[in-house]
Amino acid sequence: MDRLVFLLSTGLARGAVLALFALSLVIVWRSARVVNFAQAAMAIVAVYAAFAITAASGSYWLGLLGALTAGAVLGALVERGPMRLVPHDTPLPGMIVAIGLVMVLQSGLAIGFGPDHRPMHAPFSQRPFLLGDVPVLSPYDLFVLAVAAVVMTVLALLFTKTSLGLRLRAAAFAPETSRLLGVRVPRLVTVGWMLSVATAALAALLLVPTELGLNPHAADLLFVDAFAVAVVGGLDSPVGALVAGIIVGVLGSLVTGYVSASAAPLAVLALLTVVLLVRPGGIFAAREARTG
Amino acid sequence: MHAPLKRTALLAVTGALAVSGLTACSTPDDAEVPGVTKDKVTIGSHQPLTGPAAAGYASISAATNAYFQYVNDNGGVKGRKIEYIVKDDGYNPANTQTVVRQLVGEDKVFAIVNGLGTPTHSTVLDYLSQQNVPDLFVASGSLTWNQPDKYPNTFGFNADYVTEGAALAKYAVEKNPEAKVCVFGQDDDFGEGILSGVESVVGAEGVTSAQTYSTSSEDVTAQIGAMKEAGCEVNILGTINGFTARAIGTAAQLEWFPRWHVSSSGGDYPTLVGYLGEEVGPALLEGMVSANYLPFSPGGEWVTLFTEINTKYNGGAPFTGNTVYGMSVGYLFAEALAAAGQDPTRESLIAALESGSLVGNGIVPLSYSATDHSAFRSVGITLVGKGVQDYEGTTYSVADGAVTPVEAKPAPPVNGGIPGK
Amino acid sequence: MSPTAKTTLRALALTLLAIAATFGLDPFRNYQLAVAAGCFAAVAGLTVLVGLTGQLSLGHAVLMAAGGYGYAIAATAAAEALPESLAESGVIPLLAGLAGAALAAGVLGLLLGLAAARLRGPYLAGLTLALVIALPSAANVIPALSGHQGRSAPFFGVPDALSALIVVEQWHAWLAIVVAAVAVTPLVVLRGGRAGLRMRSVLGDETAARLAGVDPRRVKTGAFTASALSAGLGGAVLAIATQSVSPGAYGLGFSLLLVVAAVVGGLGSIGGAAAGSALVVVLPWLVDQLTSALPAGFGQRLNGTLAVLLFGVVVIAVTAAWPGGLAHLRHRLPWPARTAEPPVPVQNTER
Repeated sequence: MDRLVFLLSTGLARGAVLALFALSLVIVWRSARVVNFAQAAMAIVAVYAAFAITAASGSYWLGLLGALTAGAVLGALVERGPMRLVPHDTPLPGMIVAIGLVMVLQSGLAIGFGPDHRPMHAPFSQRPFLLGDVPVLSPYDLFVLAVAAVVMTVLALLFTKTSLGLRLRAAAFAPETSRLLGVRVPRLVTVGWMLSVATAALAALLLVPTELGLNPHAADLLFVDAFAVAVVGGLDSPVGALVAGIIVGVLGSLVTGYVSASAAPLAVLALLTVVLLVRPGGIFAAREARTG
Repeated sequence: MHAPLKRTALLAVTGALAVSGLTACSTPDDAEVPGVTKDKVTIGSHQPLTGPAAAGYASISAATNAYFQYVNDNGGVKGRKIEYIVKDDGYNPANTQTVVRQLVGEDKVFAIVNGLGTPTHSTVLDYLSQQNVPDLFVASGSLTWNQPDKYPNTFGFNADYVTEGAALAKYAVEKNPEAKVCVFGQDDDFGEGILSGVESVVGAEGVTSAQTYSTSSEDVTAQIGAMKEAGCEVNILGTINGFTARAIGTAAQLEWFPRWHVSSSGGDYPTLVGYLGEEVGPALLEGMVSANYLPFSPGGEWVTLFTEINTKYNGGAPFTGNTVYGMSVGYLFAEALAAAGQDPTRESLIAALESGSLVGNGIVPLSYSATDHSAFRSVGITLVGKGVQDYEGTTYSVADGAVTPVEAKPAPPVNGGIPGK
Repeated sequence: MSPTAKTTLRALALTLLAIAATFGLDPFRNYQLAVAAGCFAAVAGLTVLVGLTGQLSLGHAVLMAAGGYGYAIAATAAAEALPESLAESGVIPLLAGLAGAALAAGVLGLLLGLAAARLRGPYLAGLTLALVIALPSAANVIPALSGHQGRSAPFFGVPDALSALIVVEQWHAWLAIVVAAVAVTPLVVLRGGRAGLRMRSVLGDETAARLAGVDPRRVKTGAFTASALSAGLGGAVLAIATQSVSPGAYGLGFSLLLVVAAVVGGLGSIGGAAAGSALVVVLPWLVDQLTSALPAGFGQRLNGTLAVLLFGVVVIAVTAAWPGGLAHLRHRLPWPARTAEPPVPVQNTER
């Protein structure tokens, strides 16, 4: 029982980061109909910026701000640059460009900064509180959960309650009609990318202090798991990202704890297969699956 | 014929012919020894210089190369300079295949030295054996390298994982026979070897909890939590440096401070401090037990020599266990080369290694012989005390599952650490 | 002459040509040729799948690995089961190994195909990505795959009759070329025939295809299986050339490289797949030649990374400027206009 509580709480913190990253994939899919395979690489570029800023200023919070800014700028650059060069009537060209970007960014980072791990420190203690005898969430975990909750709430409000959100959705779902109605579609696609990559950068920044250190591949596994999360939840569904994020986070923790570390990726694969066979568009798929 | 297909094919063929015209078909001259000329010996290695594994290992070959530069500046070995070609395989077995074939086929190396990694080097074992290329000092503690009947040209370097596991467990049991012993290991032959070494001492029942990790996932909280819950008192780790740091750091976060007994592949103090940070690292690592077989004692003659070489020929790179390891490999090759005669051949090199006359620079003499291709059968126990990692004085020899204490007999450097002078 | 017979004759001619070319290569280049041939089989499968049915698989490295493992297990079993006199020549274990490769990759491909038939592009990409990541774990959990260290595959030396003439690398290049030809030729036939039309109709408009009596699910499943068979044989080629199969060799990086080769060659084009595979093998080698001339420290950092960077740039450039890839250098076509016809014409110039 103690062990279960411990594993659940460990999985929860990991799940929050996963959900946040998955949400970033959902945003870019909703606004640009692209699965951004380069999301992890772009996020890590932003985290390198944060690392440099924190190192220079001594402030974690300036670094965090830097990561968000760098993520947004990078999102805009990529969308205005390589992504504009290819058509988006099918998802394929966008995916392939993104794959190319991963290669460019990761090897660029490796050439520029070398393969070393650069330890990053958490702004709060990572020592867990005790619930009875069982260690549960640490102050840092709570910070991660709080940040994830705030970001998700803000984004949800943005998409559902503001006119920018409405235009973003309209531009994504019916670009031609939106344009006819006076929506500046290209600009909104750029905004979607900026929001998305900034969110991804934040998720990666939250993750790195819990790992060995910053390196060009630090977010690779996060991306793979988050992509699984986004697919399980339904690429169109922010709620799906949240729920599936927690599910995958906890599943990974339980399987690692009760079975073995190497069984965890297999468990994710199995979950993905089962969900997709039952609901090909993910758990929270829109009722009417869009073609294309 | 498909027109484009035909064009492509023609292009391909013309291209191939053009390339072959440039490089010419190579038919090695049997009379000559590959890689050996009047004034130079060329050897090669495959190492992870890029990719995730590079962080932990790229400094090894740099250190080896620095040692060879030092030897070369002092006249080389028997008048021959040593050229060390290091190819990057990114710890990917497919790349290992390519670069080793390139080293053997194109660069015509005399021998492959210190090829790094079990999954990587395993894939080229058969090839090197078929090509009759000396395959020396493989950088891994797998037992695979010690099969003289099957692979007569392959020699291991690291003390094997089973030996280390047994020695670390023996030390734990001798210090405290009642302690609950647990094992945390990588999910491959490294972790398995350590576990089976530990089991050979305490029995399968004696291991309270055995957990594994996979290098793709850096979060080890679930495993460390399970070990804590199981009441482990001595944790024997078959982990690489990064994951040793993860394990100790995660345990500390859980307010858990058991004893740590760490394999030589993951117990390097300076590297671990680098991962854990200067603020908390030294405190967390105080009292850490590890195994080793190389002369890394601070202030020792070898370390003094290696530090000088590191400063002069390696740009003053951080001096870590990898530095000692890489230079020791270089020294051992130089010693073998010197023993292979005035005009070394691949056969005389192997014969020199199998003669049992090589000493090396370890804390015990090398165990190479015609029937044993493993370098170290004994390991010493090291301790971290007041921020200094050094031999504690206990040395164990492991043979046929029995662990017996032996006397350490380290060989000091002679002639400035240049063999054959 | 029937189109199938024509294709077969062409394949035969090309195979002989390629075998003749091996005489012009030194052992290392013959090894590279064998590797390129293995990749070619996989990339050809992938390019037909993506180009004709629009299904992006990121998991073709796993299908190759399945072929490699199937080959290693079956060939080893056959070599051990046979009396020495029969096993010696190596022909029966070789054939058993190839059958094993086709079986393993075919079954996995069929299962994936069944899933793929239900999934749209990004969802399939997600599933296949998870599959690639799970490969090392699977190798750990399934005892027959022997963990990270991988399995060794039986070695086939040069037959006595040829041993005076060629070295082992050239012999393996021959085997590689023949197996790749056997793997790819059916794909060419399939692509040029009714099956190819069905695939294109599914890509174009599933509803219209259904009206015309084509079952999109069956077509997609079939295409995936055919593609997997070819990839599996490609994996067998690599197992022959390297005498080993290990999960580390078939990671995400390699899987992405296969996609790169298909894209650079031109999606849907078999000739392009050949060119793309050659590029994937030769470019890292060229970069290595280049970087070894640079000062050690910097050259070291560039060594494994510069090639990847260049691949990335090339993929983006090709996708943006030259969607037809290398195969269409001569008649450059733009991506189809945004809402215009499906991109059939782009991939359909070879007939």
